[in-house]
Formats: sequence, C-alpha cells, structure tokens
Amino acid sequence: MEWILANLPRILGLTADHLLLSLPAVAAAFLISLPVGRLADRLGRLREPLLGSVGLLYAIPSLPLFIVLPILIGTGVRDSLNVIVALTLFGLALMARSSADAFAAVSEDVRLAATAVGHSRWGGFLTVELPLAGPALLAGLRVVSVSTISMVSVSAVLGVTSLGSLFTDGFQRGIVPSIVAGIVMTVLLAVVVDLLLVALGRWIMPWQRPRIRAGAA
Amino acid sequence: MNQLVEALHWVLSAEAWTGPGGLGARTAEHLWYTLIAVGLSVLVALPAGLIIGHTGRGRAVAVLSTGAARALPTLGLITLAALAVGIGLTAPMIAFVVLAVPSIIAGAYSGVEAVDRRVVDAARAQGLSPWQVLTTVEVPLGLRMILGGIRLATLQVIATATLAAYVGAGGLGRPLFLGLRNHDYAMMLGASLMVIAVAVLVDAMFVIAQRTLRRIPGIV
Repeated sequence: MEWILANLPRILGLTADHLLLSLPAVAAAFLISLPVGRLADRLGRLREPLLGSVGLLYAIPSLPLFIVLPILIGTGVRDSLNVIVALTLFGLALMARSSADAFAAVSEDVRLAATAVGHSRWGGFLTVELPLAGPALLAGLRVVSVSTISMVSVSAVLGVTSLGSLFTDGFQRGIVPSIVAGIVMTVLLAVVVDLLLVALGRWIMPWQRPRIRAGAA
Repeated sequence: MNQLVEALHWVLSAEAWTGPGGLGARTAEHLWYTLIAVGLSVLVALPAGLIIGHTGRGRAVAVLSTGAARALPTLGLITLAALAVGIGLTAPMIAFVVLAVPSIIAGAYSGVEAVDRRVVDAARAQGLSPWQVLTTVEVPLGLRMILGGIRLATLQVIATATLAAYVGAGGLGRPLFLGLRNHDYAMMLGASLMVIAVAVLVDAMFVIAQRTLRRIPGIV
C-alpha cells in the first residue's frame, strides 16, 4: 500500500497512457465493423467465409503481431500507432461477427417497410437498421473494450508505456505491489469503461434498456 | 520487406534449427506446454461447466467470473506468479490455467444450455436418468460449443506461452525475447512468424474437428 501511495502519480499517468492506446483501437474496431458486418449480413453464402477469415485474426497471438505489423505498415515496433493498429485488428476480429449478427437480427420486413415509407438506402440504414441493431452492437462492443484494455499491457515487453510497464518494472525489480497495482488498475479501467459504455447506450438508445448477455464467450 | 526476407532466411537456416534451443525443440516445447495446460484446465473446468449447464446452478457466478477473467492482464498474471514461485515453468503454468479455465467453463455451460429444453424434457420423460440425459443428449448436442470453448482456451494458452519465456521458461518466446534483447530483428521476427504459424495451424485443426463433428449423425 505504501508503495502504491508513493507512486500514485506514476500509476495515474500510466493509466492515461493505457487509455490512449486502447480507446482509439476500440473506436476504430467498432466503426470498421459496421460496414464489414452489414456487408457480411448481405452476402448470403459468402457470409461465413468473410467472417471466418476476419475471425482468424484472433488466432494470432498479440506479441508476435506487435512485432510483425511494423513490416506491413512501416511503423516502429515501439510506435504507439503500431500497438493501436494491432489492437484494432483484434477488436475487429471479435466485433465483425457481433456486428453481422446484430444486422441479421433486423427483420427483412422492417427493412422493406423502411424503403416503402420512402427512406433512401442510407437513410434507412442510419435511422432504422442502426438503431434496431444498437443493443446487440453494444453487447459486442463491451466484449471488445474489455479484451482490448486487458491486451494492451503485453506491448510493455517491447517498451511501449502503459499499465503493463508496472508488470515489467515490478518483475525486474521484484516489487510485488507494482504488479498488483497494474492488475487492479487494468481490471478497474475495464470495469469503468464498461459502465460508461452501458450509460452511453442508455443515453443514445433511451427507448429500450439494452438486454445484454456479454457473459458467454 | 527486406527484414521479412531476412527473417524467413533465418527461419529456414540450419543453425536456427540445431541444438537443444533450436526452433524444432522450441516449437515442441511450446506445444507441450499448451497440451499440459489445456489438459489440466479441461480436467477441472469441463465437469464444472457441464454441471453448471445441466443444473443451472452457479450460473451467475460462472458468468461473472468469465467476464472478470477477460479483463485480467496476462502479463500481470505471469509476472506476479513468477515473483511468487520463482523463475521456471510453474509460474506460467499457473497463469495458463487461470486464463484457460473460464473459456472452457463458458463453452461447456453455454453448450449444454443451448440444447433445446423440449429435447431435454422429452429425454427425461422417456425415463433417462440425469446422468444419461447429460451424456447421451446434452453433451452430444452441445459438443460444438463445448469444443469451441476448448478451442478459445487453447489459443489463449498458445499466445500466453510466448510470454512464458519472459519469466525464464522455454517455448517459441525464447528466440523472440533473445532477438529483442540483442536487437536481432530477423530472429525476433522469425520467431514471431513461427508462433503465428503454430497458432493458425492449431486453430485450423479445431475448425476441421468441429466440421467433422457436424457430419456425424446425432451430433450438432
């Protein structure tokens, strides 16, 4: 406890670094998953091959991807952009399927009705399909946000600063409170962001309290 | 791209594969760790998950703990365990099991739960004992999701096994961290590609297993 109090400013600073790596990745994964999921929903027989190949990204372990990615996108291994892109890919691997399922749950009759009352393709998507898919999208987003926040720390072994630095420092110098503080802060951060997402969902979708089942893997 | 060529060159070179620390031995170690960890986790988690799914008891606890486990940072667990029990394989093994158990439990109980209740009721009405209902109805019908949980757990362990080298264990993380320390990018990248190949191959094996199961009558 003493160690944690003495190092509180550093812990809070690392928490901010951690957020700056995870939030852009979560947001990007969510936004990219919308067109991918909607497209997959419309592809019929090609739906599974597309979702399957995006999902395959999740099979790649995080640390190796952090190292391979710079070759493909021209960043440095220690670049925060490198970490953000890798985490975006993992988020997308999880989110693409939730998003396709969310759009699949919007009934065809509703879509036809939207066209019949004069909505354009875009208008129908934005004002009818997206709100109806909203609760299921939120459920997927919550899973992505928790797993991203937990995964960020791996990049600390490459020298990217985040709450993971508390693990590498704590291990090298044999400071148990440092590691415990890192674990507690990571879980706390995941919970706080999750609660914020739920609150955001209630605010954006006031017509229905989201029925969320984020538990099943 | 030049670096990629150099890395592939290293992976294909004879020196990378020779000796007790060669890529072949490291890959075998990596797979061995995975097998032990997943085996241990299945022993603990599969019965627990099946019981939760069958009885519906303890479901809230299971949902909550699988959610919380998702938030647990892998590196934190490994380093904490290493400071507690020392350098070697024990610490990573603890972390592997902690990470793998929730996925297997979640897959098992959701697999059993996903079985149509009418089918279960029908089986009961025919006079099957709870044990028979579980083994002849619920497990076969939920097998694909049960296997899905084990697949997810296996991938998590393969990924974590890379980090095991950070606390002194072997596996493909060894050449990765050695390359990192010596600024030998070719070695680090080559080792990373090996880990990715192993993970993708193992995942593909699970996909094939799940597809094959679907063709067997009585299993969904």
